[in-house]
Amino acid sequence: MALSNEEVLAGLAELITDETGIAADTVELDKSFTDDLDIDSISMMTIVVNAEEKFDVKIPDDEVKNLKTVNDAVTFIVKAQA
Amino acid sequence: MTTTRIVVTGIGATTPLGGTAAESWTNLLAGASGARTLEHDWVAQYEVPVTFAASAAVPAADVLERREVKRLDPSSQFALIAAREAWADAGAPGVEPERLLVDWATGIGGVWTLLDAWDTLRERGPRRVLPMTVPMLMPNGPAAAIGMDLGARGGERTVVSACASSTESIANAYDHLQAGLADVVVAGGSEAAIHALPVSAFAAMQALSKRNDEPATASRPYDVSRDGFVLGEGAAALVLETLEHAQARGARIYAEVVGGAVTSDAYHITAPDPEGSAAARAMITAVENSGASLDDVAHINAHATSTPVGDIAEYNALRRVFGERLGSIPVSATKASTGHLLGGAGAIEALFTVKALHERVAPPTINLVEQDPEIPLDVVTEPRPLGDGPLLAISNSFGFGGHNAVAAFRTFED
Repeated sequence: MALSNEEVLAGLAELITDETGIAADTVELDKSFTDDLDIDSISMMTIVVNAEEKFDVKIPDDEVKNLKTVNDAVTFIVKAQA
Repeated sequence: MTTTRIVVTGIGATTPLGGTAAESWTNLLAGASGARTLEHDWVAQYEVPVTFAASAAVPAADVLERREVKRLDPSSQFALIAAREAWADAGAPGVEPERLLVDWATGIGGVWTLLDAWDTLRERGPRRVLPMTVPMLMPNGPAAAIGMDLGARGGERTVVSACASSTESIANAYDHLQAGLADVVVAGGSEAAIHALPVSAFAAMQALSKRNDEPATASRPYDVSRDGFVLGEGAAALVLETLEHAQARGARIYAEVVGGAVTSDAYHITAPDPEGSAAARAMITAVENSGASLDDVAHINAHATSTPVGDIAEYNALRRVFGERLGSIPVSATKASTGHLLGGAGAIEALFTVKALHERVAPPTINLVEQDPEIPLDVVTEPRPLGDGPLLAISNSFGFGGHNAVAAFRTFED
C-alpha cells in the first residue's frame, strides 16, 4: 500500500535524523538537503539507500542529483511507490 | 647541530583502565587489570579460542556525538577522544593552523569497518555497503579525524609499524619539531581490533594468552608461566611542543622529550632478533642523540608483552645497553595491566613514562608471581618513588616486521 506524502515525509525525517542527528521537525518540505540541512554527498547516499529499503523503491544514482529539496525526495518516493 | 628543546604539555587517553589519562594512571598505580571476559555474540558463534581481552573501560559511544560514532571507525573514535583530552589538558594552545601537526599511528587501521562492510556485502549486497566505508577503514582515518577536529594544517601523518607504531609516531613528532615543521604536534596512536578475526589470527600464531578462566592475571610479563599477550584497545595522545612556544604561553610542562629513535632488525617477520643489537641501538640513539647519557636512565617502561620469546629478547637488548647497571634500574611492564594496545601501546606507555617522571613514581607490574630467572630485572611490582633530582626514562616498543622504536623523556629543568 502506497504511503501518503505526509507519511513519507515523516519516514524520511527519521532516516535523516538517524544519519545526521538533525532534529526531525526541522526536516520540512522546502528545505534544501545541502544548503539548509548541511547534508553532504556521503550522508545523502546513505539516506538514499536507507530510503530504498524503508519505502521499498529504487532510487537510481542518476536521480539523486535531482533530489535537491526534501519535497523533491518525497515526491519521487511517492511516485515510485505507485 | 643545535637542538630545539621539546616538552610534553598535554596528555589524553582512553584505555582498558579508564576513560581518561588520569583514570588510567590512577588505576594503573592501584594495580588494576583491564582484561575481562568478552561478551560479544561472536565469541560463542565462532568458538574463538581466546574469550577475553582488555576492552576499553568506557565505550567511545558514551563520549562522542552520535554522528561521530556513525562516521568514524572505533580506532578513530578512540583517537579523537584521547586527542581532545590531551588538547584540552594542554590548555588548547593558541597556534597557527599551519604550525600544528598530527603525528598519529595505528597497527591495523579500521579493521572493524572493513569486516563489517564485508559482512554487509555478503549478506545484503553491494548497494547496502556504506558510502563511508573507505574513509572509515583507511589507516590515516584517525589522524584525519584529529586534524579536522583541532584544525591542524601542518600535516596529518600516520605511521604503521605494528606494535612499535605509536612510539615511532612520537619519535617522528620529535623529529618534525626539531626540523622546524611545526610548533605543536599532537602525537600518539590508537587501535580497536577486538574482533573475531584479529583475535582468531593472533591466537592462530600462538601470540595470545589462553588463560580464559583468569583474564585479570593472564598478562604476566617476566613471570615463568607467561603464555602470551592480552589483546587491548584504546588510544593515547601527547601534546609535544617546542619549549619556546610552551613557555611563551605559560604552559604547564610534564616532562622534556630527550629524543626518539627507530631501527629495524632485518631478521624475521615476527620473531625478534635474539641478539637485540638493533633494539639496543634504538635505545642508545634515543638517549644520546641530544647529548644525554645512558648513565642517567633511572626508569624503563618496557615493551614486555608477556610472550615467552619477546620478554627475553628485550632483556637481552637491555643488557647490551646497560650492562651490569641494568639490575639497578626500576623497570615497569604496564601491559600487565592494560593488555597490548598494538598501535596504541607505545603512546600509552610513553604517557605512563611521562607521568612517572612528573610524579616521580614508577608504576607497578602486576601478576608477577615467580620471576623468570633468565630475566633478572629490577621489576617494579608496587608503585615505587623514583627520588629527587633530574630523572631520565625510556619507553620501548617493538613490532612485527622487526620494528624497534624508543622514546626518551626526562624531568623538566628550566
